[in-house]
Amino acid sequence: MRFVTVSGPPSSGKTSVILKTIEALTQSGMKSGVVKFDCLYTDDDKLYEAKGIPVKKGLSGALCPDHYFVSNVSESFEWGKKQGVDILISESAGLCNRCSPHIKEILAVCVIDNLSGINTPKKIGPMLKSADIVIITKGDIVSQAEREVFASRVAAVNPKASIMHVNGITGQGAFELSTLFADEETETDTLNGKSLRFSMPSALCSYCLGEKRIGAEYQMGNVRKMDVDNG
Amino acid sequence: MDRETLLKIDFRLLCDEFPFTKDFFESQGLPIPEGSVAEFVANLSEEKLEDLGIEPDEFIESFVAFVDAVGSLTEKTSKIDSLRIIGGQNKFGEAEDIDIEIKAGEIICIVGPTGSGKSRLLADIEWMAMGDTPTKRHIKINGNDADKSWRFSPEHKPVAQLSQNMNFVMDLSAKEFVLIHAESRFVTKPEEKVDLIIEKANELAGEKFDADTPVTALSGGQSRALMIADTAFLSKSPIVLIDEIENAGIDRKKALELLVGEEKIVLMSTHDPILALMGDKRLVIKNGGVSKIIETSEAEQANLTGLQELDKKLNDLRNRIRNGETLETI
Ligand SMILES: Nc1nc2c(ncn2[C@@H]2O[C@H](COP(=O)(O)OP(=O)(O)O)[C@@H](O)[C@H]2O)c(=O)[nH]1
Ligand SMILES: Nc1ncnc2c1ncn2[C@@H]1O[C@H](COP(=O)(O)OP(=O)(O)O)[C@@H](O)[C@H]1O
Ligand SMILES: [Mg+2]
Ligand SMILES: [Mg+2]
Ligand SMILES: [Zn+2]
Ligand SMILES: [Zn+2]
Repeated sequence: MRFVTVSGPPSSGKTSVILKTIEALTQSGMKSGVVKFDCLYTDDDKLYEAKGIPVKKGLSGALCPDHYFVSNVSESFEWGKKQGVDILISESAGLCNRCSPHIKEILAVCVIDNLSGINTPKKIGPMLKSADIVIITKGDIVSQAEREVFASRVAAVNPKASIMHVNGITGQGAFELSTLFADEETETDTLNGKSLRFSMPSALCSYCLGEKRIGAEYQMGNVRKMDVDNG
Repeated sequence: MDRETLLKIDFRLLCDEFPFTKDFFESQGLPIPEGSVAEFVANLSEEKLEDLGIEPDEFIESFVAFVDAVGSLTEKTSKIDSLRIIGGQNKFGEAEDIDIEIKAGEIICIVGPTGSGKSRLLADIEWMAMGDTPTKRHIKINGNDADKSWRFSPEHKPVAQLSQNMNFVMDLSAKEFVLIHAESRFVTKPEEKVDLIIEKANELAGEKFDADTPVTALSGGQSRALMIADTAFLSKSPIVLIDEIENAGIDRKKALELLVGEEKIVLMSTHDPILALMGDKRLVIKNGGVSKIIETSEAEQANLTGLQELDKKLNDLRNRIRNGETLETI
């Protein structure tokens, strides 16, 4: 089975792009499935179901969704094999900008939209910087020049990625993307033993572990203080 | 410069030779290295690396890839003399029996009802189709298959697109906007280009605008004029694709002249009779395939003047309405 990890900020167009890409994959005779990871709530599974796409949903609750993702990705992969799909796509919203679901030797895609501002590419961490393919959506809303400026900012932070423009509503560009998903090089038997592209910090500080009280005496672990006295 | 030197040389010297290397650090929000890039990476703290979200080795690879990509961009002088479209199939799977060669300096119009496949044809050209799109068309450049790596590097593609949408979301003045666009294309002397583009845009626009106007405050006509001038003078792409741009408020004839001026190939999907007659040929699309090729005849060309007069007349009437006049006599 082939496996692709798709990540990106909330509302960047991940579900729309995945749906259009699966449409193109179906037309070329490939069966696709989706595992969707989110924090508290998602309706995306219904959108996939409505198109007859096998979908598995996982909610991480209070955990960082990417941590939850790694803890469950191997099982999800096995689930996909049982569904008999040719290609399994994971969708996860990058919420903490520090974690990333991308796995070595597994096709890694980051979806980001033109409306997010030209300084966004440099703010997004490994989810963007370690992706093989960066999809830029919502190009229909801005001019060509603005698309180019945005794409060049993406290319500066991840010069090795293939950068593509896909319209999540009309699906323009999705066919082209599907040819990369269908590439045989993405074929894998198991995820066991594979490794993440970038380490995820475990609980960084006491607040990650559930602390609610404010004040220095409650803070332990990896705490960084801003310098409020100077500059 | 080989990889070894690139990483070991003092960054100030590197910058003298390749000023764009600074952009790599700036666009990641990093300070400009003192000493060599290798030293810079070796001295990055754990904390900084974590913030960056990248492993040291990856960072080095990224830098090398960036210098490669931009370096080849600034060297690029590839010339395109011809673009060939070899037919595939229409929406019913019937053969599309065409084989057209378009030469530099030609304007080709694409006409047909909504949904017939005009945008798809433009997309085939943008993707440099090799029988691998739903239309099964092949696109050849200078007689050969295109370089497949173009597909995934927007900045190397020899194709520029002027799309329906001319909106802006960035909070910048016209001048600042064109400047960052010029910088993103690594053009030399960006300031001079900016002045030229603003000046030409003002020649195209019905109503003039100032370089300091925020782009979000430009009228439809003004932003179209700005984008056309921008494409004409910033983009080195020898092929220009235009998908049904609205053309109210701009001088269409001048706009096309600007775009084709530098020996470009222009393909334009349109319903506008004036634009259609300005083309050398029209491809008529039906059910997803080119069903007919019409060469603009002399009789048609002769009618262009009449059409332009009609158009001017309508425009004057529009202006009279705008100025609160009545149209009892026209
Ligand atoms: N105009 C426009 N809207 C888009 C595009 N792609 C997605 N959207 C819209 O953006 C919103 C969020 O998209 P969705 O796929 O749910 O994003 P996700 O949260 O990343 O999965 C939806 O309303 C989509 O219809 C696009 O290319 N253009
Ligand atoms: N030869 C073809 N084979 C299959 N599908 C096609 C073909 N030509 C066009 N289409 C599809 O038809 C739809 C409408 O085409 P489009 O190019 O958007 O039309 P237009 O721009 O003329 O309104 C698109 O989904 C496009 O991919
Ligand atoms: Mg979603
Ligand atoms: Mg169209
Ligand atoms: Zn996290
Ligand atoms: Zn924490």
